Amino acid sequence: MATPDHEIVVEDPDAPDSASPTLAGARSVNIVVYLLLFGLSVLLGYDNWRTGMGWAPEGPQPGYFPFYLSVMMGAASLYGLGAALWSSTLSGEAFVTHDQFRRVMQVFVPTLLFCLLTQWLGLYVASFLLIAGFMSIIGRIALWKSLLTAAVFSIGMFVVFDVAFDVIMPKGPLEAFFGY
Amino acid sequence: MEAFGLLFHGFTVLLTGKTLVLMVVGLVLGIFVGVLPGLGGPNGVAILLPLTFTMDPTSAIVMLSCIYWGALFGGAITSILFNIPGEAWSVATTFDGYPMAQNGQAAEALTAAFTSSFIGSLTAVLLITFLAPGIASFALRFGPPEFFAVYLLTFCSFVGLGREEKHKTIISMALGLLLAGVGMDTVSGTLRMTFEFSELLRGINFLVAVIGLFGISEILLTMEERLALRGHAASISLRVVLRVWRDLPRYAMTLFRSSVIGCWLGITPGGAIAASFMGYNLAKRFSKDKESFGKGRIEGVFAPETAAHASGTAALLPMLALGIPGSGTAAILLGGLMVWGLNPGPLLFVEHKDFVWGLIASMYLGNVVGLVIVLTTVPVFAAILRVPFAAIAPMIVVSCAIGAFAIQNAMFDIWLMLVFGVVGYVFKKVGIPLAPFTLALVLGSRTEDSFRLAMIGAEGDLRVFWSNWLVGSITTLAIVLLFWPAIGAVLTRARGLLRPARGAA
Repeated sequence: MATPDHEIVVEDPDAPDSASPTLAGARSVNIVVYLLLFGLSVLLGYDNWRTGMGWAPEGPQPGYFPFYLSVMMGAASLYGLGAALWSSTLSGEAFVTHDQFRRVMQVFVPTLLFCLLTQWLGLYVASFLLIAGFMSIIGRIALWKSLLTAAVFSIGMFVVFDVAFDVIMPKGPLEAFFGY
Repeated sequence: MEAFGLLFHGFTVLLTGKTLVLMVVGLVLGIFVGVLPGLGGPNGVAILLPLTFTMDPTSAIVMLSCIYWGALFGGAITSILFNIPGEAWSVATTFDGYPMAQNGQAAEALTAAFTSSFIGSLTAVLLITFLAPGIASFALRFGPPEFFAVYLLTFCSFVGLGREEKHKTIISMALGLLLAGVGMDTVSGTLRMTFEFSELLRGINFLVAVIGLFGISEILLTMEERLALRGHAASISLRVVLRVWRDLPRYAMTLFRSSVIGCWLGITPGGAIAASFMGYNLAKRFSKDKESFGKGRIEGVFAPETAAHASGTAALLPMLALGIPGSGTAAILLGGLMVWGLNPGPLLFVEHKDFVWGLIASMYLGNVVGLVIVLTTVPVFAAILRVPFAAIAPMIVVSCAIGAFAIQNAMFDIWLMLVFGVVGYVFKKVGIPLAPFTLALVLGSRTEDSFRLAMIGAEGDLRVFWSNWLVGSITTLAIVLLFWPAIGAVLTRARGLLRPARGAA
């Protein structure tokens, strides 16, 4: 090894390129986020108004406290929306570049699939597939290492939670086959 | 003194083989998450929380707080050896810590960091030991209006004193309080904001949100960045430790100053970051040799580390005495308390003596054991960074999912966690702070209950919040803090107007 002993070096060959083109600008994302937040506050505000936001003889109605919070949140979102629309600093800024988004999706999509698989196959099998798949496909780590790590981790988790600590996790056909 | 007796009792609760093992396990796990890229105090505690669900409350809190100490220690390792601050409050540690490592003084820098963390925490724990029982017994006289005023003070100080833009803090806080209200209303039994989804009847669990916001979103953010790193390996020999310790008295003033700053800022919400920078800047200002700061001066490691840890620990004081967490991590610990059916607040000191004093005793013991562990095992932990992120990321995802599911045995919560992961990612990138959200979500229902009880008691008269000197002064202080930036601007202006007048006279 060329690296001297007193140094730890970890390379990241897939690192997002700093020159990667912008996928979404900071300004447009800000506008969308504040619009969504405003929409949410209108929705929650309406629901609380419906539940009752006034005063009953014995005190505030259930919707009173949350209704005024929705109003506060709505007002703050409108302010944020205005600030984003008229901001000069946000307009040239990138919220996320193509490369960055690709990397984020590399984690997000497997996580989404993992959650879906957990519903059908149970958590442990799904976690085995997630770890093995992620390590070998995205991390490009040798297949045997990936499979071994995934198996050790999933079985370890099963032993710790389901067997030792009695924390019951969603299970699927494989666990049923072994009688759990 | 009564505190000594109770503390001694706490140590006897603690000194069982099982608790000590849990303590070491917690510390090691904590250092581990502190060293890993993209994880830190609050994330680590949130992810590892489910491990403790089946334990009794005392063991669980001991383990959790040890994870927290461990994460704090671990953050210093990456700041010094790799110039990567694990948390915002270790940024100031990198100023002099990393240059020291480059000069071949990594061992000295690490020893200084660990020692000062220890000193900072110890000062804050002493403060907790002697102050918390007093505050708690004082707070026992609080009624609903007083409690609401204290909650109001917490939220207002976040808005008024926070460094983020005000509207972002308000959104984060209002959203947290709103989500806390989802589900069955505890006073009237009416359903609120459920939109006829049966899954929402249970409400939105605080810990599920936290695991998503801090765990999942942090992985997404970490992936965005370049993960390559280059740093120094170091091992600490006893000789270096003794040499650094022998020089400690020379820095007594720096250590003392930083401890005081840390304790003070830790009690007010969100203070650890400010404390570390303030500690560093003050050490620099009072130093005779200002130029050498930033080039690898050991004082530049002592000052911010002491302040950050004093404040991180002092954040537990309002949590224990009043049920109000002083930091994001304290909020998560508070969420844990509620899972074990403990009601945080002044009554804790009366009803659960074993628990409270066991926890305080574990702060002393955890810091001592932690110091020994980090001093002896630094090379092992630094090597963890060699483990590829592609192996760590899916394991963290699985741990998060286990955590989210275990809380209420609901598959819906795993989906909710994923949603909060995306929300956390977007919020962090847009600059909406997550700490007020966390705090609001955990305090939400108690804030609302105290408000409604106060209103019912006063028959809807808002003057109840000024009905006696105590509640009146807390409420007024809250409003002053809320408008603090505006008041500060007016004061500066007034001073500016007075100055020429004085000059003319």
